[in-house]
Amino acid sequence: MTQMAVPIQNQTLPGASEAPTHLVRGKRRWVIHLVLLLGSIVMVYPLIWMVGGSFKEDRSIFSELNPFPSSLDLRNYVSGWNATTPTFTQFYLNSTIIALFAVIGNVVACTLTAYAFARLDFRLKRLWFALMLGSIMLPAHALLIPQYVVYFNLGWVNTYLPLIVPKFLATDAFFIFLMVQFIRTIPRTLDEAAMIDGCGKIRIFTKILLPLMGPALVTTVIFTFIWTYNDFFSQLIYLTSPYAETVPVALRRFVDATGTSSYGQLLAMSALSLVPTFVVFLVAQKRIVDGIATTGLKG
Amino acid sequence: MTTQARSGQPYTARSRRAAGVPGGADGSAATTGGGSPLRKPRRFADNKVAYLFMAPWFVGLVVLTAGPLMGSLYLSFTRFNLLQPPRWVGLANYVSLLTDDPRFWQSLKVTLIYVALTVPLQLSFALGVAVLLNRRVRGIAWYRSVYYLPSLLGGSVAIAVVWSQLFGGDGVVNTLLGLVGIDGISWISNPSTALYTLVLLNIWQFGSPMVIFLAGLKQIPQDLYDAAAVDGASPWRRFTSVTLPMLTPIIFFNVVLQIIQAFQAFTPAYVISNGTGGPSDSTLFYTLYLYQQGFSNLSMGYASAMAWILLIIIGFFTLANFVLARRWVYYEDR
Repeated sequence: MTQMAVPIQNQTLPGASEAPTHLVRGKRRWVIHLVLLLGSIVMVYPLIWMVGGSFKEDRSIFSELNPFPSSLDLRNYVSGWNATTPTFTQFYLNSTIIALFAVIGNVVACTLTAYAFARLDFRLKRLWFALMLGSIMLPAHALLIPQYVVYFNLGWVNTYLPLIVPKFLATDAFFIFLMVQFIRTIPRTLDEAAMIDGCGKIRIFTKILLPLMGPALVTTVIFTFIWTYNDFFSQLIYLTSPYAETVPVALRRFVDATGTSSYGQLLAMSALSLVPTFVVFLVAQKRIVDGIATTGLKG
Repeated sequence: MTTQARSGQPYTARSRRAAGVPGGADGSAATTGGGSPLRKPRRFADNKVAYLFMAPWFVGLVVLTAGPLMGSLYLSFTRFNLLQPPRWVGLANYVSLLTDDPRFWQSLKVTLIYVALTVPLQLSFALGVAVLLNRRVRGIAWYRSVYYLPSLLGGSVAIAVVWSQLFGGDGVVNTLLGLVGIDGISWISNPSTALYTLVLLNIWQFGSPMVIFLAGLKQIPQDLYDAAAVDGASPWRRFTSVTLPMLTPIIFFNVVLQIIQAFQAFTPAYVISNGTGGPSDSTLFYTLYLYQQGFSNLSMGYASAMAWILLIIIGFFTLANFVLARRWVYYEDR
């Protein structure tokens, strides 16, 4: 299991090729560039088409093959934003609050648990660790209905709580695993030195390990944000009143409401809904790619 | 891990003796215990503090994972509509699912086709592009970002919306086909093609396995390629005899992960079909049908039975992967 989960060790092995394997020159290089470039166009075309269409009038979105708009007309954005009751202001507020608390919950709860697994010595540790790894693979649907029943009976449907509280209970076990792996790369001699200086386990955690866990914490923040913000299934189930809806749920309902008209507004709101993820990608690209490469995170 | 792994047996006798020495609750004063100052005074020395740190996770494990897992097993043997207490019906849900529900079999068929197509195709693309990108040419970082981006955005509602426009009757795909004289149909609203647009949508998101492959490619020692080149191996031969065998652990990892994920696909089918799984149930993914049963019909016992069947199917595929892996996955250190 552990072997499977981390096929790649953190850093390049000695003797492994630091730089890519082949030096490519001359004619072959241009062939590679051509292939890669054509591929890139196919890959980004849907995104460009969406952004371009969001600036166009409805009738020219489908008739023109050229995805680029003739002018940056923001009318679709303004009218799309205000087309629903409540407006998208409410939906973005809901999404932001949920994502913010999910991030806090995951960081706090998963860090605490990971420290215990990586550094402390306690009864049944192997059993708990195996259960933790197993829960990563468990399909959410197997737990869905009883969880819903519990939240329904607590009166939590149409509140943020079913989407936030589980994060404070470290149910995203993936991040526990990620941080356990990271803590194991921190030399134990640091802990031992602190111990000699009279630090207890709690102070070793807060004073020694936590300050060194920056990269793992940042990865957790980024992916929790992206996953929570893009999550559709649980938000669809738990948020059914328009005032509780998040951006993805509202966007889905927007498709129904606008039906076959106002494609421009639909594309404008779609494009806008991707902006937060895209900005995170631009800012933290390297961290995201490293996170996926070393742990197999789903991007 | 090593320190913990051996913390038990070899030092037990010593630690019994050391236990008499007054020390801090967390063993920090073990310096007075003689011998190495850093040896743990007792077995499981950190029990209290560890369980304190893990308290949130334990509550979550019991209340949100183990409890619901058993709960859904129980509910799968009942008839339950959320408002009245569940009524025990034995195996009735399973029997009617397997013998009397064509939509269940349709959803299973749709999902299996989806898994069987997307997993190999997506991974082949991911590997192919990773090999192309694993060279020293200018702009590789830029290409990698461009190829990766769809996998970050692709699972969203917004992209599903865009997809249904691109493949609609007057969408861009048909405009392009029109240029070469082909009269396209509405791919999204045709029962025989709708599923394949979703397959394509998933293949388009090959970025994250690609990044994993890229990291794996960089781990392959250059000497292996050099040796193969000296022996006169062609580039293709180097790929099949060096790259592929060395990558098998990573291919395996990606296969396991992608299969589990593909079985649970939901969002694009829901958005494209307005939650119906249409046209004519051609995009009725398993999870979509489960959702309809549980949350539209409030047949929560029935939906729980479906959840357990899904759990068993995914468990079976994962186990099969691990068993088959012995035949084809190559670990260098064995």
